[in-house]
Amino acid sequence: MTALLLILIPLIGGLVTFFVKQESQAKLWSFAVSLVTLAAMSVNLLMHDEAGRSFTAEWLPMLGSSFALQMDGASTLLCFLTALCYPIIFASTWKSSYSSPNSFYGLMLLAQAGITGVFLAADGLLFYFFWELALIPVYFLCSKWGGEKRIAVTFKFFIYTFIGSLLMLVGLLYMYYQTADASFSMQSLYAVKLSGDQQSWLFWLFFIAFAVKMPVFPFHTWQPDTYEQSPTAVTMVLSALMVKMGLFAVIRWLLPLFPDAAVQYDNVVIGLSVIGMIYASILAMQQDDIKRLIAYSSIAHIGLMAAALFVNNESGLQGAMIQLFSHGVNVLGMWIVIELIERRFGTRKMSELGGLAQKAPGLTILLVIVALANVALPLTNAFIGEFLMFNGLFKFNVWYAAVGGLSIILSAIYTLRMIQKVFYGHENTLTAKGEDITWFEKASLAVIVVAIFVMGVYPKPVFELTTDTVTLILGVFK
Amino acid sequence: MNLILISAIWGIVMMFSGLFLKDKSSAKTVALIGSIALLIGNIFDLSGKMIINSNFNGMLQYERFGLLFLTILVLALIMYILLSGKEVEAVGNHPFEYFALIFFVMSGAGLVALFNNLLILFIGIEIISIPLYILTGSDKRNLKGNEAALKYFLMGSFSTGIMLMGIAFLYGATGSFQLEQLDSFQMKQLIVTPQDDYKIFMLIGIVMIMVALAFKVSAAPFHFWTPDVYDGAPTVFTSFMATIVKAAVFIGFLNLFTNAFGNKTGNWQMTVAIITALTLFIGNITAVYQQSVKRMLAYSSIAQAGFMMFAVFAINDMAKQGLLLYAAAYCFATIGIFAVLVKMKDYTFDGFNGLAKKQPLVAMVLTICLVSLAGIPLTAGFFAKYFVLAAAVKTGTYLWLVIFAVVMAAVSVYYYFRVIQAMYFKEGEGQEIAITAPFKALLVTVAAVVILLGVYPSLLLNWLTFF
Repeated sequence: MTALLLILIPLIGGLVTFFVKQESQAKLWSFAVSLVTLAAMSVNLLMHDEAGRSFTAEWLPMLGSSFALQMDGASTLLCFLTALCYPIIFASTWKSSYSSPNSFYGLMLLAQAGITGVFLAADGLLFYFFWELALIPVYFLCSKWGGEKRIAVTFKFFIYTFIGSLLMLVGLLYMYYQTADASFSMQSLYAVKLSGDQQSWLFWLFFIAFAVKMPVFPFHTWQPDTYEQSPTAVTMVLSALMVKMGLFAVIRWLLPLFPDAAVQYDNVVIGLSVIGMIYASILAMQQDDIKRLIAYSSIAHIGLMAAALFVNNESGLQGAMIQLFSHGVNVLGMWIVIELIERRFGTRKMSELGGLAQKAPGLTILLVIVALANVALPLTNAFIGEFLMFNGLFKFNVWYAAVGGLSIILSAIYTLRMIQKVFYGHENTLTAKGEDITWFEKASLAVIVVAIFVMGVYPKPVFELTTDTVTLILGVFK
Repeated sequence: MNLILISAIWGIVMMFSGLFLKDKSSAKTVALIGSIALLIGNIFDLSGKMIINSNFNGMLQYERFGLLFLTILVLALIMYILLSGKEVEAVGNHPFEYFALIFFVMSGAGLVALFNNLLILFIGIEIISIPLYILTGSDKRNLKGNEAALKYFLMGSFSTGIMLMGIAFLYGATGSFQLEQLDSFQMKQLIVTPQDDYKIFMLIGIVMIMVALAFKVSAAPFHFWTPDVYDGAPTVFTSFMATIVKAAVFIGFLNLFTNAFGNKTGNWQMTVAIITALTLFIGNITAVYQQSVKRMLAYSSIAQAGFMMFAVFAINDMAKQGLLLYAAAYCFATIGIFAVLVKMKDYTFDGFNGLAKKQPLVAMVLTICLVSLAGIPLTAGFFAKYFVLAAAVKTGTYLWLVIFAVVMAAVSVYYYFRVIQAMYFKEGEGQEIAITAPFKALLVTVAAVVILLGVYPSLLLNWLTFF
């Protein structure tokens, strides 16, 4: 039942939000809804309620599709990430003010329902449904509340992902006709035996959809602009959660459905990912806008995860799993800091900032921890994930690991440069007026910092949680 | 049969009531009563209780699918009268006669949905077409409308000629007008006989009928009349033509190819595939460049016809269900959009700027309808597209066509979303449009139907087995 609740609570909560008139009430209500969702998820995890992690109801029997939800290790992890991030997003953007706040918060919660649905769907058609459901609220959120160029930028993002989704739909339809029992259920789709040729082109139909969402080079061009133009709360959802949809889809659908094609094209995918890592890191170094810097750095991190998913060894897969969670937490932390800076000083340009450490020591300490986690320093969560992923990549091919490894150095360069330019150096007229963050804001960042250290020091629970998914994928390849 | 008779009789009733009822606004009420009578008659049809229970020597066939399709058309007609009926009065001085023509069209639609003989198809198509020529030019003072009507009439007559010639060729080849005899006519046998001429006659006949029907549903490259006619005709009739009429001709198209040429798929499928691809391409790409929402909808109707052509291409069970759902999804959404469009003075995209602020509910309904036309999940349009594409995938051939279609669907997002962008994201005052509470309620009903069918299409499709 938890599986269903995780979708229903934000869905109904979101619909109700549209009718809440006052801004403060809309904020409070949506925050409460997100807390209830988190509570439901936490209770399920703590009680080890396995039965609650699946749900099936009749939906479209004539099409062989049912409303089937199932939480395996990877999806539990990502559902938890979603449930955890939402209250933090709402809390950290508490002071932001939006026109028609009820629509804003309503759409945010609908997006949560869609994203969670993607992580849970155990039926191909249902998965497609949620895949689109997650996209539509985000389209409206970015287009209505975003920056100056929001309409064109968001539209590009929408068209990109929509084309990808439709190609996936064609592939899904083809797969459906190959199933023994004319069904979209995950098990039936997994059981389909495809020839090498069929796998080859179906693989690409699915992969393009997922590659756009992640995004992997060269399908990434929508990402920096969209991140930059979206309101920060939405950027948080996009980068911490939505991009995980693409990676998760690879784990749940692409690899088990087309293992032969995955092996056949692993060099292409990993090659593209590694190019993307270096390319994005170099671009990140050129940025003056911190938001764009983080956007490019995110492409680099996602590229590593995408590569690790195709290395076909335990280390790479396990690393990718843990990094799915870690990246979500870390990037969210970065966005919170950016949001706080922008709200205080009205700018995100490094050239206009400087010397914040003297005025906002609390913010500085927290930012430095999050930023160092982003660089994957030992003791932080990202270290575990990146270490394992590079280990996996190394086993697959030394050259990929060597070239991809350069991104670690580049990442340190642009992150430290950003810390230096924004927080150290001399104050200017703009930053001299600044003050430290409030306790409330510190608290939301503190949650992130705790998560960073806990996972950095004791990642075992996550390993245990995702073992079943890793075993499944490795089993398919054998 | 009930539907055909009642609509013909009600057409005459409407004409006479024009003589006796002086109040123009009562036309809508009389039409509404007639359309409800049509619905009831159709339900009796479905359960086999007919006024005249004859198939006229096998010239008609009462297939459940055709009857269900007609039910959808009648429901769309009711919605059309409720939403746009009042606007008919604004067109000229003869609202009763306009509605009478609409009922005659419905009678033709009945024949086209149930025909089992090529002559009935021909008569049905003509009964549909002639009232439309008149409706197109019904705004006598509008030069553009007159030009459109003349254009439509000339082109339409031309296509009628082609169709008749096609029928003649088929008759020449097979010696029959009956669909089942056309279907049992084995071309393979003829290949080994010296009578190869018959095979060629048959193919020419099929192609000619295909061309004529493609013209009627505005499939490319026979679509060129559509934008001018849709643009020139009074908007309220464009809504009728683009939805109910188009769907009606499609059912004829599908019936003909399923029942008459189903055994000979290989021969004409390539032609349908090319027509489909061309229709999708021209409809979608040209729609992108339109500055008027009305013209955009005209091209969009061409693009949508491209998707409906998939049902003709695939001719299997899935295709039939798909066309049923497509007709419902497309008719309801388009009627909803046109109902609002008619009330606006400025038909350009900019005319929609800021509408969401002024009319949030109307903007929301329009958004749902547009999203449905684009085929995005949670709306009926998604399952409509899903079924027709699935039908094509099921044939196991021409997968390139399906991939091409989905790319074109993505292109369609561009022009549908332009309206949404204008309403929600662009600054503007929003036009003053007079919208009453019942009208709003009807719009909400349209939106609710679109979403309901989008989440649970079985509601409609279960009918196929229910009756």
